[in-house]
Amino acid sequence: MQIDLVAVLPELILTVALCGILTIDLFLPEGRRWLAMPLSVVGVAATLAAVINLAGGRHVTFGGMFVVDRFSVLFKVIFCVAALIVFLISHDYLKDDEIHQGEYYTLILSSLLGMLTIASSRDLILIFVALELISLPTFVLAGVRKSDVKSNEASLKFFLFGVLSTTVMLFGMSLIYGLTGSTNLTAISQALEAGSGLDQIAILSIFFIIVGFGFKVSIFPFQWWVPDTYEGSPVPIAAFLSVASKTAGFVGLFQVMFIAFGGLADVWRPFLGLLGVLTMTFGNLVALWQRHLIRLLAYSSIGQAGYILIPLGVASATNRDLNNEVFFASVAYLLIYAFMETGAFAAAIAFGRKGGGYLVSDYAGLFSRAPALALVMAIFLLSLAGMFPLAGWAAKFFVFKTLIDGQGVWLAVIMAINTVIALFYYAAVVKRMFFDEAEDSRVIKVPVPLAGALAATSAVVLVVGVLPDLFGQLARQSVPF
Amino acid sequence: MNWVDRWGVTLTVFLPTLGVALMMLTPRAKDGLIKGLALLASAAALLTSLLVMARFDSSDPGMQFEVNVRWIPSIGANYHIGLDGIALPLFVLSAFMTFLCMVYSLWHLPEPYNPKAFLALCLLLETGMTGTFVALDLVLFFVFWEMVLVPMYFIIGLWGGPRRQYAAIKFFLYTLFGSVFMLLGFLALYFQSTPHTFDILALQRDGVLDVPVGIANLIFLGMGLGFAIKVPMWPFHTWLPDAHTEAPTVGSVLLAAVMLKMGTYGFLRISIPILPGPARTFAPLIGVLAAIAIIYGALNCLAQSDLKRLVAFSSVGHMGFVMLGIATMTASGFNAAVFGMVAHGIITGMLFFLAGSIHERYHTREIPELSGMSHQLPRMAGILAFCAIASLGLPGLAGFWGEVMALLSSYRPAPGLSTTIFRTLMVVGGIGTVLTAGYFLWMLQRVNMGRLSEKWKEKKLADVQPLEFASWIPLLLLVVLLGVYPRLVFDATNPASVRLTEALTAGSETATAGPPQVSIDLIGR
Repeated sequence: MQIDLVAVLPELILTVALCGILTIDLFLPEGRRWLAMPLSVVGVAATLAAVINLAGGRHVTFGGMFVVDRFSVLFKVIFCVAALIVFLISHDYLKDDEIHQGEYYTLILSSLLGMLTIASSRDLILIFVALELISLPTFVLAGVRKSDVKSNEASLKFFLFGVLSTTVMLFGMSLIYGLTGSTNLTAISQALEAGSGLDQIAILSIFFIIVGFGFKVSIFPFQWWVPDTYEGSPVPIAAFLSVASKTAGFVGLFQVMFIAFGGLADVWRPFLGLLGVLTMTFGNLVALWQRHLIRLLAYSSIGQAGYILIPLGVASATNRDLNNEVFFASVAYLLIYAFMETGAFAAAIAFGRKGGGYLVSDYAGLFSRAPALALVMAIFLLSLAGMFPLAGWAAKFFVFKTLIDGQGVWLAVIMAINTVIALFYYAAVVKRMFFDEAEDSRVIKVPVPLAGALAATSAVVLVVGVLPDLFGQLARQSVPF
Repeated sequence: MNWVDRWGVTLTVFLPTLGVALMMLTPRAKDGLIKGLALLASAAALLTSLLVMARFDSSDPGMQFEVNVRWIPSIGANYHIGLDGIALPLFVLSAFMTFLCMVYSLWHLPEPYNPKAFLALCLLLETGMTGTFVALDLVLFFVFWEMVLVPMYFIIGLWGGPRRQYAAIKFFLYTLFGSVFMLLGFLALYFQSTPHTFDILALQRDGVLDVPVGIANLIFLGMGLGFAIKVPMWPFHTWLPDAHTEAPTVGSVLLAAVMLKMGTYGFLRISIPILPGPARTFAPLIGVLAAIAIIYGALNCLAQSDLKRLVAFSSVGHMGFVMLGIATMTASGFNAAVFGMVAHGIITGMLFFLAGSIHERYHTREIPELSGMSHQLPRMAGILAFCAIASLGLPGLAGFWGEVMALLSSYRPAPGLSTTIFRTLMVVGGIGTVLTAGYFLWMLQRVNMGRLSEKWKEKKLADVQPLEFASWIPLLLLVVLLGVYPRLVFDATNPASVRLTEALTAGSETATAGPPQVSIDLIGR
């Protein structure tokens, strides 16, 4: 079998970087351990360059298992950028927290390797392997603060839920293999079309696979681990989980649903629509009561997952144009979400890391203590709420448009109500920062790497807010079917 | 002056934003520079808006100064702007009021003192307001509409009165609630039109006539909810007294003078021309709600003891007259509505300025405590009397035309609408004007006249200051000017209003065909 090495070049580079950094770290003296971070940045940057080099082309290799197209390139770029931002926001956090830097960064790199792989996987086995590669390092990362009980709890919960759901997913995959005799997504689709179409086993298998991805992307009712894990993990890892790992889950879900099970959309459409509704409503309602900012962001990210998922509730088995719209809306939302969510976590770290605290009440009067930080935090929160001229409005607009297009008026109405509910808790934090009196007058200094991450993400949120087509076109062109 | 045709409107909308960008680059300590920049930005926007007005051809009923550029191709949204006679007065009003607010703010800045943030938010607000009045694309309209929310939220929440936080979040949630349903309505329009478009003019031209009646009605109601909350129409008005009362002076002025008009403008620009059928179906309902608002506002005013709250509730009543004019679906009704909006903007804006300045001096707005103001602050009292009388609709002042024309046009509503209902509404509205006169005169009696209370005798209070005069005199002159020469507005609005009614009759299958009504011979045409 001929293997197209250019197509897998990013993954190869990343693997080399990962092994290299792990080895180098062994021989570094105690005072030089920080070198792991710049080395990782170089590794990811080289990977990113190789990914961008692939842009525009189409490569199929490993017998159709591994495909590089616009869709996979787009998401590989997003994963690399997300990892770079996580490195930036980790740098000073780790200095404060005494974590073994070498293993921390290499674990992130190996999770990233899984993400790059899943964006190209068009085969159930490869998807499964990639998902495991994403998840296993994050189980460890969540518990990396070994002496912290909450971190241990975060890791354990995450691990148990994760293993359970992967098992269920694997079972689902085995069923569909038994039914169709193939693990290749396109072949499955063809086999299902040729067969009776509506097989009970196929339905069961879809259900199990959704459960597995549901855990990864934190949709209701598979989201129970999220708040505790985000709260207990190091905050940069929470950001990594809520952005990169969640995006990877959606990437896998989209590919399986649209490519393999596209013909059975009538079966999964109502199911995913319902899950979307439940997810957003649950996330937003519970977020209303949160006093810890990371937990609030965790529930908000559940709510956001609902918005990303809900366009699938109007997908169609036959109408290709409509499916394009659905795909476009979800992908565009995902892209915009990645930036605003990372930004919000970065701002939380900038404030919380030097004892500023992570309670919403700690944010009182932030505007008078650090106006710029309060401003960027407000930008991210209001963008998540969907306010113009911040990117979040466009994301919501795309989704609303798709829902109305697909006759999903009730889904749109429920989402509209959710948008209003969500504003309440986002605005509550903004209110704290701007309207309340500061109890603490210590000035907050933001270190350079963090400030860079904040500047970059807020710039993206603002520019895309005014010119949504920058991301809109990317999402439009990425449709892989 | 070709550049005005092409760029005038865009410049008016975005010069304030440019000012904000420059202010952001200025260090916070450079107070004078920041204020100067803000004033300059709003003055430049006012200047370009006046240039646009000078080049406006009032005999042309169609859109002028149109610009249409691709903006978000992936969803088919364009940067499409333009002005007709209905939009022009409101467009100029926004630039004008913001400029006066900037002049006023040179001296009076609310606590906590932070001119950079406060003035920047006011300028962002200006971009949103002017943008709403010129947007000819539903997405663009929605975006400008939403853009005023966040600045106003901060203006109320940061610089407002004691209950500012409650008022701010109430305003924010209420309006957002309305606007998400408005957005759903817009999207539904998009998908019901063939070919799919967000372009307001295209939607008006081709209509969405083959939409099933039920769906069209739902779309109308969805959009109407967003507009009605903004107006606000009774019973969606409850955010207004709180927001107006708690907002700092400049915030109340902009809120009353311009932001409320976005709602009524939405009916005139979007709901009625695009969905004439449902508009006719719901016109009696709108009329009834408007009449309720008139009476309800007036009765509430009678019960208020807080001067600012009284002015706030009077807005409910005045906007009731505007909505009554719109509900008649006649050209004269639309004219009355636009005139009412402009007059209310100027007069109520002025009243909020006064309420702010009075509060600054007395540190209270309780009407009973203010008694005898004319002894101590004769000029202030004089201006207050003038504005109150203008607001109650005395002939010869600006407040008169909007109200009386709205009532007159409800005597003969558009063909197909029940004359009985609308004549009843006219009577109810008439009673409303009496009540309005009642509460304003009673307020004057209690504030201006009466014995000077002991509390103030010893105090040395400053009468109207030069900068206050500077920001108020243009408004006072306009009140008189529009009162004696209403054609200033009517000349611009009439062709557009007539065209709007023509579109209404053309688009209806049920209405009996009749000549479009042009009944402003009243003012000598």
